[in-house]
Amino acid sequence: MLRVENLDVWFGFPPDRVDAVKSASFTVATGETFGLVGESGSGKSTILRAIAGLIPSWSGSIEVAGKAVTGSHRDRAFYKTAQMVFQDPYASLHPRHSVDAVLSETLRLQGMGDIDRRITKLLEDVGLGRGFRFRYPHQLSGGQRQRVAIARALAAEPRLLLLDEPTSALDVSVQAEILNLLSDLRQEHGLTYVMVSHDLSVVGHMCDRLAVMQHGRILEVMDVDALRRGEGQQDYTRHLIASSLGYQRA
Amino acid sequence: MSDTHISRREWLLTDAPQTRRQARLGAIYQGWLTFRANKLAMFGLIILILLIGIAILAPLISPQSPFTQNLAGRLQPPSSEHWLGTDHLGRDILSRLIHGSRITLFIVGTVALIAPVIGLFIGTVAGFAGGWVDQVLMRITDIFLAFPKLILALAFVAALGASIGNAVLALALTAWPPYARLARAETLTIRHADYIAAARLQGAGPMRLLIKHIWPLCISSLIVRVALDMAGIILSAAGLGFLGLGAQPPMPEWGAMISDGRTYILDFWWVAAMPGLAIFIVSLAFNLLGDGLRDVLDPKGGKS
Repeated sequence: MLRVENLDVWFGFPPDRVDAVKSASFTVATGETFGLVGESGSGKSTILRAIAGLIPSWSGSIEVAGKAVTGSHRDRAFYKTAQMVFQDPYASLHPRHSVDAVLSETLRLQGMGDIDRRITKLLEDVGLGRGFRFRYPHQLSGGQRQRVAIARALAAEPRLLLLDEPTSALDVSVQAEILNLLSDLRQEHGLTYVMVSHDLSVVGHMCDRLAVMQHGRILEVMDVDALRRGEGQQDYTRHLIASSLGYQRA
Repeated sequence: MSDTHISRREWLLTDAPQTRRQARLGAIYQGWLTFRANKLAMFGLIILILLIGIAILAPLISPQSPFTQNLAGRLQPPSSEHWLGTDHLGRDILSRLIHGSRITLFIVGTVALIAPVIGLFIGTVAGFAGGWVDQVLMRITDIFLAFPKLILALAFVAALGASIGNAVLALALTAWPPYARLARAETLTIRHADYIAAARLQGAGPMRLLIKHIWPLCISSLIVRVALDMAGIILSAAGLGFLGLGAQPPMPEWGAMISDGRTYILDFWWVAAMPGLAIFIVSLAFNLLGDGLRDVLDPKGGKS
């Protein structure tokens, strides 16, 4: 479904050039949930943005559903195949657009007909009733906003969903709701997920395989069983797993 | 009666509107409630509504013709016959002020329609496109900003010829650069927002992003700015009139009326003072209105 090889992403020009991602390679099979974990600034979100075409300055090769993409230009077929859910639901919804406006514009852009029925269906899919249709973002809670953002991403009926820390801006109980929603949607629609997170318990709950990143490099790709057993081949991975066990009384 | 009123209010303020129309009306009503809470802004609004009413009804409510001269009764002080006195040609000042409100509204309205639109367009295109487009548009803006407004307007009028239409054009052409700056600054803060990226990921082109996503967020701060600038525009227009480059005699333009009264200002103060008072009141009303609009429209303006 997704194939990334020797991906370099940088910002700015020499001498101020910052290399955010250095020769990252991984593949994601159809139907799989793949996690990207690492500390803040390790380049995990940058990889997603480069795949989505939001960053023009990258080299290497990215293939989505067997088709190579270039630069920051993406064709219509790409937008129908892959969609993204952003980290902060407070920043990813236009403050002056109602839920209805967001979804109907999306459906129209994606060339969908029968917009009324589809909006109702989308809202039901993400667990929001019809009563939410004409609300503005400021009338919604963080979790409800993220559900709207997920509905927007699902509107084009994509097969690949790029999730950029979809729960890190939400409080714990809402996090669980959104994660369960994402799991349900994956089963229902047969989606493939690439999920960025710094929270190993979230990744352990959701993902089949994961890549551990540090300083823009992928240190290792492991499966989730190894993660649960606490087996990392790299020191950094073991350190990350140990620190995710939380604070313990000395 | 009060029962239906409460239900209508609840219908407007509900958290879960059922239709697009209800949601939109609810948002407008919410804004109206915020605006209404600002007493001074309401005061400004009432003055401006009165002004518009006066301008519309000018021929009906003005006690005398604004053009009829009566040289026997020139420079009369305020009296029961001439409430605000007469000018140096014996014309009734109150009638001239009432008819002059039309000219003032025409100037203000036209400038307020032209300048922010130019500014919005240039500013958002510059901010959104970036690169050389931004550089070119902003340097042009800088050139306009480098001149004092009134001097530039004077130059325009001098080149185009003195008339009220040219004065409006000159004022509009000199008023847009600050709006362009403002719109560009707003655009820069939102062009990398996640909701813009999300719309782009749905295949939205640059024109759609600009018009449907960026403009709605820039327009509210522009409206506030325009309302606050109105006073300045009235004063500039009056300034051009005062210098004889705006409205031509015998048009009862307020600035030109002050200019007429200048010669007699020491002995017959009302000839210049009355139009000055009118300019002052209307300018104040626009400032108060702008303040209230900022409470409603500017999402960043904290309520202190």
